[in-house]
Amino acid sequence: MGLSAYLTLAAVVFSIGLFGVMTRRNMVGILLGIELMLNAVNINLVAFSRFHGEVAGMVLTVFAISITVAEVALGLAIVILLFRTRKTAMADHVDWLKG
Amino acid sequence: MTLEVLGFWVLAIVLVGSALAVVTTKNLFHSVLWLALALTGTAGIFLMLNAEFLAGVQILLYAGGVVTVVVFAIVVTEKLVGTRLAHTSRRVWLGGAVAAGFLGLLMSVLAEVPLPLAPVPMTEDPTRLIGTAFLTRFLLPFELLAVLLLVSLLAASYFARPEE
Repeated sequence: MGLSAYLTLAAVVFSIGLFGVMTRRNMVGILLGIELMLNAVNINLVAFSRFHGEVAGMVLTVFAISITVAEVALGLAIVILLFRTRKTAMADHVDWLKG
Repeated sequence: MTLEVLGFWVLAIVLVGSALAVVTTKNLFHSVLWLALALTGTAGIFLMLNAEFLAGVQILLYAGGVVTVVVFAIVVTEKLVGTRLAHTSRRVWLGGAVAAGFLGLLMSVLAEVPLPLAPVPMTEDPTRLIGTAFLTRFLLPFELLAVLLLVSLLAASYFARPEE
């Protein structure tokens, strides 16, 4: 399989994640879409690393995975906090910053 | 060679199918389980690319860690409110059009750029190379990553502390 096959697969998964981020109303659902998008980027990084014989892409993938884990932990903490104060997980209901 | 092509197609179908299920299923809990399958499929892709270490990290951190945390969050929030979480989509056609347009843009760029057809063999075992790179070329980012993980751990436990 050539590099273009892996890049195409990653592009499809990224677009599906983008669709999820734009259409989901629940904040946890939006987070799941972001996970899919980051996952697609990781596929790209590893594929480029493999097809150029350069290890930097794999190292960047380890960084990306670790930062994603931190992001999910913080995002879910914010969701739980919003649930305590606002009793909602819908992104549309979190609008009290508007003027 | 044919086995490699077959494996790639099976993994690609599993990955795309479960990703579609993540963004379309009505039940939030099922969404998370489909995400676990998609992340495991990605680990398979990593295995096909000779990145065994990354496949292990993917299974342990993503499919093990992230999915567990999301399930915990769903259970906790449902207990707080006492009702099941609604998990609906809005403006599906508009979102689908934007996502499809973005995919078309990416594909048109991919079709124009000349891309290598065969992998370049690594000089050593990739896992060994990753370990060496962490402690030589990427030492500063590696240490900063440790600080970031500590900060996010403290911040998450501060946010989720019990109410006084």
